[in-house]
Amino acid sequence: MPPDTELASPAISAPWPLRDKVAFAGIGTTRYGNFPETDSYGLGCEALNAALDDAGLRPSDIDGLIVNRIPSYERFAEMMGINPQYCLLTEAPGRFSGVSLALAAQAIATGAAKTIALVYGNNGRSVRMMYGGGDSQWSPWGMTSPGAIHAMMWRRHMHQFGTTHADLGPISVAFRHHACLNPDAVMHGKPITLQQHAAARPICEPLKLLDYCLINDGAVAWILTSAERARDMKRPPVLLSGYARQDAFHYGSAPADDFWYPTLSACRSVYDRAGIGRDDIQGLGIYDNFSPTVMFSLEGLGFCKQGEGGDFVRDGTLQLGTGRWPTNTSGGHLSDSYMQGWGIIAECVRQLRDDCGERQIPNVNAMQYICATHIAQSLILRRAGA
Amino acid sequence: MSLDTRPKPLVDNWNRPFWEACGRGQLILQRCKATGKCFFPPAPVSPFTGRPEWEWINASGRGELWSFVVFHQSYFPGMKDELPYPVAMVKLEEGPYLLTNLDGIGPDEAKIGMRLAVRFPGGPEGFTLPQFGPEA
Repeated sequence: MPPDTELASPAISAPWPLRDKVAFAGIGTTRYGNFPETDSYGLGCEALNAALDDAGLRPSDIDGLIVNRIPSYERFAEMMGINPQYCLLTEAPGRFSGVSLALAAQAIATGAAKTIALVYGNNGRSVRMMYGGGDSQWSPWGMTSPGAIHAMMWRRHMHQFGTTHADLGPISVAFRHHACLNPDAVMHGKPITLQQHAAARPICEPLKLLDYCLINDGAVAWILTSAERARDMKRPPVLLSGYARQDAFHYGSAPADDFWYPTLSACRSVYDRAGIGRDDIQGLGIYDNFSPTVMFSLEGLGFCKQGEGGDFVRDGTLQLGTGRWPTNTSGGHLSDSYMQGWGIIAECVRQLRDDCGERQIPNVNAMQYICATHIAQSLILRRAGA
Repeated sequence: MSLDTRPKPLVDNWNRPFWEACGRGQLILQRCKATGKCFFPPAPVSPFTGRPEWEWINASGRGELWSFVVFHQSYFPGMKDELPYPVAMVKLEEGPYLLTNLDGIGPDEAKIGMRLAVRFPGGPEGFTLPQFGPEA
């Protein structure tokens, strides 16, 4: 980022009027895999029904709807018999999971809707969705795909800070370990070693196969309502305590030359917004489309100094049972499925309800989510009453 | 292996002069009149002021290798024969980055920070693609 770039982000310690005002009342996820017999609508309906059952609600209780990766909000609402007073289709990139959550919180806090269903449905695997190729600004030079953008950034990080490809290994290994504790994870029962991470097939060097997320069909639904209303519902409410966001779009359509460090750093305001310090958080959900984004997220939010991410994760810091910061306990995008942040946030909610069985983080009161992209974001969720 | 089968650029009203200049073997950039700073990709206004006050300048064609990757996965049928191929991110002397390819050196010889210069060895029909190789 050029040194004279201005960020709009609020000062640390600026008050956030939405703290603990909005809660998750229900979540639902489908199985993830290859399901050509259905589509994003069918999967979305399945996830929303699971979330409605979880919350003890019916479709007629929903007065707000946000859909993502489902082609038409109108058709989806028609299918589910929902006639809301607030309705929206958000953009496809995964950064919009957090953005959609913030929009829903704003709508609930301002009275635009009382109970909002957010539904993500993706059938990218069965329709052979390609994340790369096609015409773009850079296609004459063969530059394409989100993976290549992260590979370019990681090569620079290696040069600038002396990190290595092997530094990414503990991230992939930790998340795979978590998938092996999660019977629903796509990679359940398939542990990997650091050696396998190092020896995997190169896709776009310096990144290799085990640095890439898993494309699957699946859907995730969340039901949000006011913290007050959530208290009377079926499950213990999980509160949205803080949310911070800073965008940057000045990279000339090229990979971010600063690892989004300034914008992620601006998101450290999430702690003040939530009124919860880093020490009071027990686990993390990090948007891991590719393993380097985990490093950029940890460095940007200040878990370690910039450039020291490799040392930080080396001894299993992100792994349940061994590390201080169990991260992506479902397996994340790398080893559960690429549900574009929606599934990772659902897992944070599950943790805060003690629903995670073998992969449960003990004594968890607060979870933090981080997404390193051109829209840098972080949010903190906590148990009501904790 | 040839640049003849590369994907064609997406030409619009703003980048057309850039591609025409490449055809003449010249790298050009837009420069903001108020700040003197260059920008890329071509746009209707300067990102430094938001105003349509800019001019085309001849770039030096020199820069440094900022980072690079090597593609092993095939995304473009016309580039299958080039696999594995490098894509380089070059920081031009004038400031903007270009994503381009290495010409005259392999990825094994590429060193971040090395000085590079533009050359125009060919391209798909009707276009010439800027490529970068070691500075003479």
